[in-house]
Amino acid sequence: MPIESWLIYTLGIMLLGSIVALEIRDILSAIIAIGIVGLAVSAAFLFLQAPDLAIVQFLFEIFALVILVRAFIGKKAHADTLSIHKVYAFLVALALVAFFFLFTPVFRSLPPFGEPLLTTSSHYLTHGPQETGAANIVASIVLDYRAYDTMGEVTVLFTAILGALTVLRMSRQTQKGREPK
Amino acid sequence: MILYLMCFALFLVGLYGLLTKRDLIKIILSSAIMGYSTNLFLVLFGYRRDATYAILTPNNSGQAMVDPLPQALVLTSIVIELGITALLVALAIRLYQKYGTFDITKMRSLKG
Amino acid sequence: MKDSHGMTPIVKTVTRVSVWLILLYGCYIILHGHLTPGGGFAGGVVIALAFLNVMLAYGKSFTAEWLNIRLLKDIEAASITLFLVLGLLGIAFGNAFLANFLGKGEMFSLFSSGTIPLFNIIIGIKVALSLFLVVWVLADIDSAKGGDL
Repeated sequence: MPIESWLIYTLGIMLLGSIVALEIRDILSAIIAIGIVGLAVSAAFLFLQAPDLAIVQFLFEIFALVILVRAFIGKKAHADTLSIHKVYAFLVALALVAFFFLFTPVFRSLPPFGEPLLTTSSHYLTHGPQETGAANIVASIVLDYRAYDTMGEVTVLFTAILGALTVLRMSRQTQKGREPK
Repeated sequence: MILYLMCFALFLVGLYGLLTKRDLIKIILSSAIMGYSTNLFLVLFGYRRDATYAILTPNNSGQAMVDPLPQALVLTSIVIELGITALLVALAIRLYQKYGTFDITKMRSLKG
Repeated sequence: MKDSHGMTPIVKTVTRVSVWLILLYGCYIILHGHLTPGGGFAGGVVIALAFLNVMLAYGKSFTAEWLNIRLLKDIEAASITLFLVLGLLGIAFGNAFLANFLGKGEMFSLFSSGTIPLFNIIIGIKVALSLFLVVWVLADIDSAKGGDL
């Protein structure tokens, strides 16, 4: 079976899973559905010959599921009706479908699937192992050629986690302050 | 081209959820869906037919390899996405403590 | 909440053995990041999941005794500085920020490719500790809130 059929199958599962995740009422089912979508992304990365990304996506998906389940299970106060008014939802869906068809010609101008534009990365592929000594070329790009990107990325992760910790700690303090009243 | 179009459709499903849902949890899930589709699109773009993974082993030194640059970019993007999800979850919990609901239409007042 | 007591003795006994294997696997993934798929990001999450395993099985009070949480916070904040210092050493010895100034070594051996394994270790520590601390604080919120709200 050619790789396109496998990928179309995987993407179909992802589309189905994301629609289920958005429309189902039970919140645990929605989180499980989003987990299925993430694991399908991991499988698609394996089909596309990216084992690095497949491992990272798999592990981060598991961790995101743990965070979401830990945070949201047992809280009953969801919105009574999940969506906005049906007429507006229909109008939004109509606009997005029109958007889809308007942007279809853009994808026709891209290079076809399976023939990438190798210009910079051909240098990485041919000279990377000699210049950095790493067998994993993705690691040599992430941590040597483009280590500056990685530094920015670590900074963003640091800031995001710091923001989360600050918000959560703030809420705990206000709770403690409220209790004596 | 059909793969690109399906990826775009997945992005639009995420956008639909972001625009029409009132539940804060569903909004977080929609942004996660948009992130998945973007990552997958970048990696689809770098695939080369009949090529192996971009990791050198003693056996595959002469073969053609897939484009490693989108994979390196997506690797950092996945990590940032988890950080963003953690931040959004923290904000959602904070809002829940303040208003007692996840419904964004009931979070109008500035003072709880 | 049942949080402080943890789970059943079966889970605790299995965790006592499995946690070390998970930690070993995480260290393996981090150290072999320049040779095989994986690296600092993936290995860091594996280590964070090992800590999470202990926290879910034994409860928070035991984990707070087992791990020094304050020290973990300090290490987490310091690891990004270590990244910067390693980049500045690149200016001193390799004429460019974040340059790969160490010897390249032999292909396919563990000690090769200069600074890449060092960066992998730093990123692994950073990712592991920051993700674990987020879940730690999240669990704190849930147990502090109890049934009200």
